[in-house]
Amino acid sequence: MSPQLPDGEVAPDDGTLPASALEGAAERDLGVYLHVPFCRVRCGYCDFNTYTASELGGGTSQATYAADALAEIAFGAEVLRRSGLPERQVSTVFVGGGTPTLLPVADLAAMVDGVRETWGIAPGAEITTEANPDSVTPESLAALVAAGFTRVSFGVQSVVPHVLATLDRTHDPRRVPDVVRWAREAGLAVSVDLIYGTPGESLADWRASLEAALALEPDHVSAYALTVEPGTALHRRVRSGELPAPTGDDEAAKYELADEILGRELGWYEISNWARTPADRCRHNLAYWRGADWWGVGPGAHSHVGGVRWWNVKHPRAYAGRLAAGQSPAQGREILDGDARRLERVMLGTRLADGFPTAGLDPRAVSTLIADELVTFRPGTITLTRRGRLLADTVVHRLT
Amino acid sequence: MPIPSASLSASIAPAATAPQLLRNFCIIAHIDHGKSTLADRMLQSTGVVDSRAMRAQYLDRMDIERERGITIKSQAVRMPWQLDETAYALNMIDTPGHVDFTYEVSRSLAACEGAVLLVDAAQGIEAQTLANLYLAMENDLTIIPVLNKIDLPAAQPEKYAEELAKLIGGDPEDCMRVSGKTGVGVEALLDRIVRDIPAPTGDADAPARAMIFDSVYDTYRGVVTYVRVVDGQLSPREKIVMMSTRATHELLEIGVSAPEPTPTKGLGVGEVGYLITGVKDVRQSRVGDTVTNAHKPAEQDLGGYSFPKPMVFSGLYPIDGSDYPVLRDALDKLKLNDAALNYEPETSAALGFGFRCGFLGLLHLEIVRERLEREFNLDLISTAPNVIYEVTMEDGTEHVVTNPSEYPAGKINEVREPVVRCTILTPSEFVGTIMELCQTRRGVLLGMDYLSEERVEMRYTLPMAEIVFDFFDALKSRTRGYASLDYERTGDQVADLVKVDILLQGENVDAFSSIQHKDKAYAYGVMMAGKLRELIPRQQFEVPIQAAVGSRIIARETIRAIRKDVLAKCYGGDISRKRKLLEKQKEGKKRMKTIGRVEVPQEAFIAALSSDAPTGKDAKDAKK
Repeated sequence: MSPQLPDGEVAPDDGTLPASALEGAAERDLGVYLHVPFCRVRCGYCDFNTYTASELGGGTSQATYAADALAEIAFGAEVLRRSGLPERQVSTVFVGGGTPTLLPVADLAAMVDGVRETWGIAPGAEITTEANPDSVTPESLAALVAAGFTRVSFGVQSVVPHVLATLDRTHDPRRVPDVVRWAREAGLAVSVDLIYGTPGESLADWRASLEAALALEPDHVSAYALTVEPGTALHRRVRSGELPAPTGDDEAAKYELADEILGRELGWYEISNWARTPADRCRHNLAYWRGADWWGVGPGAHSHVGGVRWWNVKHPRAYAGRLAAGQSPAQGREILDGDARRLERVMLGTRLADGFPTAGLDPRAVSTLIADELVTFRPGTITLTRRGRLLADTVVHRLT
Repeated sequence: MPIPSASLSASIAPAATAPQLLRNFCIIAHIDHGKSTLADRMLQSTGVVDSRAMRAQYLDRMDIERERGITIKSQAVRMPWQLDETAYALNMIDTPGHVDFTYEVSRSLAACEGAVLLVDAAQGIEAQTLANLYLAMENDLTIIPVLNKIDLPAAQPEKYAEELAKLIGGDPEDCMRVSGKTGVGVEALLDRIVRDIPAPTGDADAPARAMIFDSVYDTYRGVVTYVRVVDGQLSPREKIVMMSTRATHELLEIGVSAPEPTPTKGLGVGEVGYLITGVKDVRQSRVGDTVTNAHKPAEQDLGGYSFPKPMVFSGLYPIDGSDYPVLRDALDKLKLNDAALNYEPETSAALGFGFRCGFLGLLHLEIVRERLEREFNLDLISTAPNVIYEVTMEDGTEHVVTNPSEYPAGKINEVREPVVRCTILTPSEFVGTIMELCQTRRGVLLGMDYLSEERVEMRYTLPMAEIVFDFFDALKSRTRGYASLDYERTGDQVADLVKVDILLQGENVDAFSSIQHKDKAYAYGVMMAGKLRELIPRQQFEVPIQAAVGSRIIARETIRAIRKDVLAKCYGGDISRKRKLLEKQKEGKKRMKTIGRVEVPQEAFIAALSSDAPTGKDAKDAKK
């Protein structure tokens, strides 16, 4: 979550959703995102809504956080019921952060249990947590499985020490093969998160990280270009000239290299995500791109239900205070109009390898995209080429 | 008491004042030398305006004038003054201070018998003042030299009195010293005006002849025409004829400015005042024309009338294409008050619909553009200004080119370009650097005179095209702002000129075409191609930028294709942020012009066309 929340209208205190959100709800999957807004240290590139113990000060803490989250889970179930949405079991749960594994496993388990008890979790549901390689042990991983987790996503980012240092990542890359092995032995599906385009990272550095990631035999890899966000320490260092600014050309070269190397064993299914088999795709992630419903629990978390998007207040203390007062923690929301929905459908849907239906698209725009080798065409759908994935914003503009 | 009493004032009532009791004068001064402040002080000293009603720079009506401290439109004010038991009526005729309005200045001067030469006692005379002084001397005006701002610590009245004496002849002691700010010396100056400046002469019994020296459009009254009566008499309700056009109008109102318009029973020999005929366009009442009586018309006009000829052309385009009708209406309105402004619709492949406008010069261009933006709330792009070229083809056909994109293709026999005679006044230490500058602008030195040990007058012939772009800025920056410039069109010359085109992915961008001297074509091409490479965002394909003379490519740059524009991540479900980013980009694209397949932001056009912005004003506000 970015610290800059979007502008929107004021969300109602009781969280009630408009009638428009009900339409077609029975056919949409429901997911839950659980945000854990804590880190031991703040990484210089990170502008996510997370806090170190010292930043947080008094009034709220990691120790009481699970209880706050449980309060929102209960509140959310009530809102959906009250707004007239059909009963739906949750098909995906994703715990992200921050550093979720900074909480005791028991807390994570309690939150998942809370979801199970209030909403219900569908059989075969995907339950993922993010983890830092240095914050797990064989025991904690086994405990996650016992709590119902099916999947872990390790924030590996890079295996090159100087790159990790620039990112302020503190884990020892030599430990990564061990934690992946432990996770697999515990019965978890494993995803590896990588970051490319860190200032000072060479193409060879990136190649080394990709090769190392592949050698871990993961089920899934996410590779994101580093974004230098205003307000971060990294932004200041780039602005002062201490570090070189990332360039689009460098990122493009690295993306192409990633697709080439990862493509030897995995297949891309979304611009920044690769999976070993279609069954290994992150279903929670796909739900975002497919316009499914999800409830985001936690400070700064974003939710979407039937064309209504809302976002919670950022600070854990304000968040806890709202819930304690029986109020919705939402700070603002927007109800998407027809144009916004169309734009989102194209913007999100075209990112997927499964292809985007051409029905309703401007045929001239589609043929230019094909001629420009930005998309490939199969009857009824278009799919981004590798070049098209890098220029996806252009593709969206031409189609909308 | 220098303000005449009521009984004495009877002798100077409008339409009933004997010519020997009239004094018509103007003030010749450079911008900033304090003309308006002195005029204000005279209005106060003569009791025409009381200090409570005094508004700084009373005579400059428009905001732009007041902010820039310059006078664009002149007016005439009638002031009573008493000397030795006689009441006099003084007509102060305000003159425009800038080179672009030389013709209007000449008509204002022609309405006077004398001129106050006003010079800042801390700065000395400037080039434009010098030019107007020569104009006044050619008109045989009596010159009263005056040093202003003598209250300033930096004032050097002795030094500049010497300089003025050398210029106009006479004794440095004759040079008056005043301060418009404190009022010191102003009454003495009024006395001197009465004593030195000759009274007007004319034939009261001859058919009426009056010269128009200004013509202003007023929303409520229509055109207000300022005249100086030479012979005969003009009276309300009679029919008048404009001698250049033979157009007849009825005199609805006739009066004097005191300084508010005050209707009178008429105007007699030597008098200065205004006429209202109900016409709505200043073109029907042109500066320099002679007004006569329809029933008893004069046979001979007063002479000196000429049609204002635009010298500099520029395309004006609304940034938002849907503003085109607003721009058209705005120009139609400005035209009512500006006989020199002319324009016609023009279409540019790059900029859309707009107007090719002709101006008297650069300041005129700037003023019109600024008024369009300020008074009509328009955002405009103006193309690089150019002069008029006369092109003769080998087959003998001739073309007048006011827009580089209309430059004819094919075998050209000869191209003629306008040339100007420039006067530059500068501290002597900058003579070298100015010579260097003029040399790069194809200038020819005509002569050089030392006004004093430290100040030099340099005279050059320069192609006008070389000064319409950035000459004034260059001159100011090379001389730390000390040099001043004046120019006048003197004719034309044959020159070795070519048209340089700029091509974007093979498509000619008409807005960037420029007519250049052969020796400078390459430099222009390299400069423009380089500039555009920086300004145009990368596209999904490689974009070559070429500069060409005819079919010959003289410079080339390449904008490499963009490889990545996608945002990899959507921040844990913050899809609103990503969507809003795309919506914003989409808005931005609406403001882009597409040339071939290349999307060029408006900002690129503005930056490319204006970074060497033309300017006829002080360097301090040259860059926008």
